Amino acid sequence: MKTARVACTGAIHAAQPQQLPDGRAGVLLTDGRTFAEDAVVWLPPVEARTIIALGLNYAERAKELAFSAQDEPLVFLKGPGTLLGHRGVTRRPAGVKFMHYECELAVVIGQTARGVTRTAALEHVAGYCIANDYAIRDYLENWYRPNFRVKNRDGATVLGPWLVDASDIPDPGNLELRTYVNGKLTQQGNTRGMIADVPRLIEYLSSFMTLSAGDVILTGTPEGVTNVEIGDEVACEIAGLGRLYNTIVGDSLYGR
Amino acid sequence: MRVAMDVPPYQLSGVVYGALLNHQTAWLRLGDSVDQPPYNGAPRAPVLYMKPRNTLIGCGEAVPVPYGTAELEVGACLGLVVGRSACRLREESALEYLAGYLIVNDVSIPHQPYYRPSIRFKARDGFCPIGPRVVPRTAVADPDDLNIRVLIDGELKQQALTSQLLRPVRRLLADVTEFMTLAPGDILAVGVAAPAPLVRAGQRVCIEIEGLGRLENHFVQAAA
Repeated sequence: MKTARVACTGAIHAAQPQQLPDGRAGVLLTDGRTFAEDAVVWLPPVEARTIIALGLNYAERAKELAFSAQDEPLVFLKGPGTLLGHRGVTRRPAGVKFMHYECELAVVIGQTARGVTRTAALEHVAGYCIANDYAIRDYLENWYRPNFRVKNRDGATVLGPWLVDASDIPDPGNLELRTYVNGKLTQQGNTRGMIADVPRLIEYLSSFMTLSAGDVILTGTPEGVTNVEIGDEVACEIAGLGRLYNTIVGDSLYGR
Repeated sequence: MRVAMDVPPYQLSGVVYGALLNHQTAWLRLGDSVDQPPYNGAPRAPVLYMKPRNTLIGCGEAVPVPYGTAELEVGACLGLVVGRSACRLREESALEYLAGYLIVNDVSIPHQPYYRPSIRFKARDGFCPIGPRVVPRTAVADPDDLNIRVLIDGELKQQALTSQLLRPVRRLLADVTEFMTLAPGDILAVGVAAPAPLVRAGQRVCIEIEGLGRLENHFVQAAA
């Protein structure tokens, strides 16, 4: 099942995908009402607790950045203020030269995991969604990489559109990922290319920290990230999870 | 995790950020290495990290010392508790966005590099005692003039002054909220002094900050 969190008619609702009588894509609220998908505000589908992200977790991408073999997964943490729903807007500050999307499989933990082996790891997953984890490389500094000004920006981690139940995704290790900028394919990969796959990541993380329901793991992005400009529409797609839209906007909207 | 939050209507969000290398003693220890690889120069923005929820415990609770690790670092630190949504603060009015203050113990497994350290040094269960309670902002005259003392088994091991912060509290709040909004109940730890005292399983750590009380925790050996 696919479940979204949307705001409309003065409240926040759980919603499922539903085609409208006129053929347009829409959502069905649990109370029976339907709305066109552009008539609601899409929130991140989970109220995330700890947000864990992976750097350089795809072999080709690591090669792209000339990184050598890893002793352990490169993990960093993010705060909840970074999250943004489907169809939201993300700010590109004036003067930056390289801001790029990162299409990633997001894993939502469903039950407490501590010292879990890889064979039992997927039992702890509630579901999956798409993440687009933007980075602004102009701000990269060599202290506690990737530093927060690059990776922990307000509204620069798009999550959604749906939380798709784990039972609907039997093999998270074989999902096609694609990113389109203004309709043009710019990034393509498969979760097969992960250096540490989803079971390994849960095994690794739970070896030193307890994972809890609502924790989210962003599993890294394959090669093919490109610069985006103000006005660009970025769509990240993962097989079985849908398509996550986001638009790049400038400082003026924020009174800067 | 039980931390009394005595400034209604606020409650802790469970989100804890920290600033590194923001205490003069921590910065000076780096010496010339700052300009050498892999750093290649001093950081421009605040160097930030997070202590995830699994690390949070209250006063009086036990900190597990991981199997195979002899000693842990005690990161005694002033914690700012955000009271109002804080974005792009100006230094002059930054303190008005705080609910109050508490003591933070950023426990770490000793590690060298600041380049890309593994989170397993800092993100382990129980590695962030906080408390004993949130003291309202109005009860602290100047957060940049507080004395911090660390006692291990009753013996004074470290004294630090918040007057030695490279980015004082107001400035830190302004620089952090330039690109990330802090939400009510979020904690921002302002930076630990160096060298950090070391603690072993079986010992008790007490951190005192003037006006904020005492944060006491005992350290216990974790099972293999």
